[in-house]
Amino acid sequence: MSILSYDFMQRALAAAVLVGLAAPTVGVFLVQRRLALMGDGIGHVALTGVALGFLLGVAPLITAVLAATAGAVTIELIRARGRTGGDVALALLFYGGIAGGVLLIGLSPGGTSATLLSYLFGSLTSVSAGDLIVIAVLAGMALLLLAGFGRELFTVCHDEEYARASGLRVRVLTLLLAAAAAVTVTVAMRVVGLLLVSALMVVPVATAQQLTRSFLGTLAASLVLGVAVSVAGVVLAFQADVAPGASIVVLALGVFALAVLARFVVRHRRPRDTFGAEDVPQAQPAVAISSTAPPAATTPPAAVTARGDR
Amino acid sequence: MPVSEPVSEAVIELVGGDVVLDGRRVLRGVDLRVDAGRTVALLGPNGSGKSTLVRVVVGLHKLSGGRLALFGVPAGRFRDWQRVGYVPQRVTAASGVPATVREVVQSGRLSRMRRFRPASHADKAAVARALDAVDLTHRARDSVADLSGGQQQRVLIGRALAGEPDLLVLDEPLAGVDLARQEAFADILRTLAESGTTVLLVAHELGPLEPLIDRAVTLRAGEVVAVGAPPPVTGEHARPDHDHVHPHEDPHREEPILAPSPWVGSP
Repeated sequence: MSILSYDFMQRALAAAVLVGLAAPTVGVFLVQRRLALMGDGIGHVALTGVALGFLLGVAPLITAVLAATAGAVTIELIRARGRTGGDVALALLFYGGIAGGVLLIGLSPGGTSATLLSYLFGSLTSVSAGDLIVIAVLAGMALLLLAGFGRELFTVCHDEEYARASGLRVRVLTLLLAAAAAVTVTVAMRVVGLLLVSALMVVPVATAQQLTRSFLGTLAASLVLGVAVSVAGVVLAFQADVAPGASIVVLALGVFALAVLARFVVRHRRPRDTFGAEDVPQAQPAVAISSTAPPAATTPPAAVTARGDR
Repeated sequence: MPVSEPVSEAVIELVGGDVVLDGRRVLRGVDLRVDAGRTVALLGPNGSGKSTLVRVVVGLHKLSGGRLALFGVPAGRFRDWQRVGYVPQRVTAASGVPATVREVVQSGRLSRMRRFRPASHADKAAVARALDAVDLTHRARDSVADLSGGQQQRVLIGRALAGEPDLLVLDEPLAGVDLARQEAFADILRTLAESGTTVLLVAHELGPLEPLIDRAVTLRAGEVVAVGAPPPVTGEHARPDHDHVHPHEDPHREEPILAPSPWVGSP
């Protein structure tokens, strides 16, 4: 008997596919901007939104979107404004989000911290038809936004100062990205849970870039990976009767480990190429020194030894 | 050396420019005029305000005093940014996610491309020309992170050229570039000058660019101390056998470690 014959599984799989598409799309820009942890921060703030929904008797998905967007915009403004203590300010926001959520749920009628657990770790099988529609609309909005402003966002996330000098409205674009991230966090909340949302944004991207050279290639590969691990994770969770959020993320991390291994093998087959000499012919395995690590770590060794020559 | 013709259209006109950053006055009453088709160099020691000045021109710093016009339009109302190409001083052209040389160069074409549309023939041709100009066509599909420091710098120049700017602003394009590459860059600059592009560049020393410079503006401590023909190369760097051994192409380095040029030494 196919697992598709269960209505709740059909909805779960549909939600998993939507999240598998939306999360890496936002994630690739966040990683490019070196803001991989932004999804985490937004997730924490969204928890306060969920609890607020229970307190006010409003659908938690709605209040979560609002809180997450407010949190994401605040993070972006703090980042743009504050040169000193920006990361501390973000940390305060994260803790405030969790504490606010637990506090508000305690105040709401009949609410306990246990109510929050299904949001913290996801509860995919309880997604209703109405939830699915909201998830589809929100995911569609995030994807459309990123498709429309993809080129601008690439430029901004690649080199913010250059983007400003090119006359791009950098502040608007970064707020747009923050809003898309907030919406995606809320969408993914039911599938993987707020504490694991960021994993689905970041891990497929980190996996893809082990083996890619281009931005578009990284995006495409992380979409395929995102959908694949989401669907496989849901199926696995159903078979093994474990939490889908956890199985999705563990699967994603497993694929990441394999990709690192594959890159390692490719690199060590041709050790000579890691020097990135001035005019290496084109078809060299560029993955050998790809840019997963900060630029300092990808410096060709030849250039490093050149230091202090003088 | 090119002879200055009678004044034509001013592409950059800064009058009495003051800039205050973090409470410190970085530029004091700077006048700078760059006419259409000219190649102008900004010279001066570290901290003299050269980079600040070009950042004012491309809109990254606001003036706290004085006025700036680009292409005859007051900077506050200037919206035609696709006419300006900017090459920032960077240690790397890479970011958190891999991007190919072509992708980065194409991002310089952004302001001429249409939303939700694939790149047009004109866009692709402009990107191809830019790649060709910086001699990176054969590496167009490689990740920029795999390129050497000098090649990454050429990627950034290519990015600025892809927008087919009328004004090209370069911040230290020669920092960390070896002599052979400096000469290659001089060729690019010569082609641009012949096509009528206006160029403003910051340099520590001019080296092979010297014959291409119409006018040199020397800054010291935020003030213009000399304007005129580029000073002749003298001393160590002028000797034909001087072989420019510097710690080139080291992406870790933030400040150019090149020896100070003889004509911009301390007072």
